[in-house]
Amino acid sequence: MRALSDIAIVGSYETTLGVVTDRGPMALGVEATLGAIADAGLKPGDVDGLITCNSLVVPVMYHAEATAEYAGLTPGHCLSVGTGGGTTFTALRYAAAAIQTGLAHTVVVAMADSMRSFMTRDRAMMVQSSSGHPIYEQPYGPTVPAYYALIARAHMATYGTTEADFAEAMVSSRAWASLNPTAQYREPVSVDDVLNSKPIADPLKLLDCSIVSDGGAAVVLTSLDRAHHLPHPPVMVRGYGEGHHYEHISQASSLTTSAAVDSGKAALAQAGIGVGEVDLAQLYDCFSPALLIQLEDLGFCDKGEAGALLASGATRPGGQLPVNTHGGMLSHCHPGNPGAMFGLTEAIRQYRGTAGDRQLDRLEHTLLHAQGGIMSSHATLILGRGDRG
Amino acid sequence: MGGTDQVNQAYAEGIDAGRLLIQQCLDCQRCQFYPRITCSHCAGDRLDWTESRGGGVVVSFTVVRRGVSADFIAPYVVALVELDEGVRMMTHIVGPDPEQVQIGTPVVLTFQPVGAAGRLPVFSPSPLQQGEASP
Repeated sequence: MRALSDIAIVGSYETTLGVVTDRGPMALGVEATLGAIADAGLKPGDVDGLITCNSLVVPVMYHAEATAEYAGLTPGHCLSVGTGGGTTFTALRYAAAAIQTGLAHTVVVAMADSMRSFMTRDRAMMVQSSSGHPIYEQPYGPTVPAYYALIARAHMATYGTTEADFAEAMVSSRAWASLNPTAQYREPVSVDDVLNSKPIADPLKLLDCSIVSDGGAAVVLTSLDRAHHLPHPPVMVRGYGEGHHYEHISQASSLTTSAAVDSGKAALAQAGIGVGEVDLAQLYDCFSPALLIQLEDLGFCDKGEAGALLASGATRPGGQLPVNTHGGMLSHCHPGNPGAMFGLTEAIRQYRGTAGDRQLDRLEHTLLHAQGGIMSSHATLILGRGDRG
Repeated sequence: MGGTDQVNQAYAEGIDAGRLLIQQCLDCQRCQFYPRITCSHCAGDRLDWTESRGGGVVVSFTVVRRGVSADFIAPYVVALVELDEGVRMMTHIVGPDPEQVQIGTPVVLTFQPVGAAGRLPVFSPSPLQQGEASP
């Protein structure tokens, strides 16, 4: 069996992002799939595995198979996963495992959805809040921002975190997004702008919440020996970890410390690096408190210190710990399940040196984190720079 | 059709009778919520129902300013309450001034219509505690 360190990401593609009214989820997913294959310098027939995430907007029973059919692919292996969030990197890990074990040689992971333009706002709200327990939570009318507000309020009570601390998440996000032509929202904001934005679920305001978008992305994984014959320098999968402490927020034993502690430790250990060796962190900023808690639980700062870390400017352009250089889900793109894919495609852009005004001077290790549910299921991925062979 | 999870049915019948039923494990003695066919603490399957005494404390809360659907008129207070029996549940805080609740506020059980779901167990600040400083 091949080692995980022999698995490379060789292709990457983002569709048009933001508000996309002329292509629905399946079309965007197919565009991403074929785009990533072409970017890798491969032909559709070279791909023998396809992993996709189902659409929340237009669900399909056999999603990967339908995507393959639409794209004209006849892969030997298809797998559809039900949700995005942390599952995004779980899918990537299974793609790597398929190549490690010889089940497949070259696997595409593709995700797309159209929460913005192919679903009404009211319906999108209902679909998203359906992550709550159908009998013991949903009858109380919690919204997704409300779930995260429960976490934010507990963090404030436990650590003295302030609403201004949470506001720093969007300030950092927009500082990067203002440099990214594909970001859906690019106007820089101040802490006061966030504090004065519309109340959604106290203490969270509109600008504590991620955006609603359309878009898709895909990546291609293969073994390093094959990668050496392809046009782009390979990006290597160095480490991976997961953590699952609960699914529904009412079952959380802690509202302020998440299973990101477990996933982060496992991923860093497998990569053989300390958190201090991470040059770029691409985190899951669905709501501001999620970003703060990930910074703490992944070890970038002590518990209760994430607000100060963000306020220091360390995570913004020119800072010591760049976070979400594409703008994250707070500003760049969040179509629903595929949200974490854009942290990944941006990291690949950074390795290739094609990140434009956002390009980092130095990049060896990237930590990517994604979560599903309500800070429930966590996956951490460590990427490293591969040599040209 | 006609299938139903018996544990959920028993819980719902308790609500209809104005009782908040929680499960207690006959093996490890611990309580759990939501109801299950097995004990989430020890995996035992000898579970008994017990009626909550109705006291609890607010673990966290949020005032929802934009309701999830037309069935929910904002603002309303969604909270996590830990019952004296040691289990936690999602609920609403109700009463004359529910937005004044704090983490740690003692609350007592009551039943009120919520959204389109009919009567559900909700909580109001404990009368004994009103007017006192938050704990």
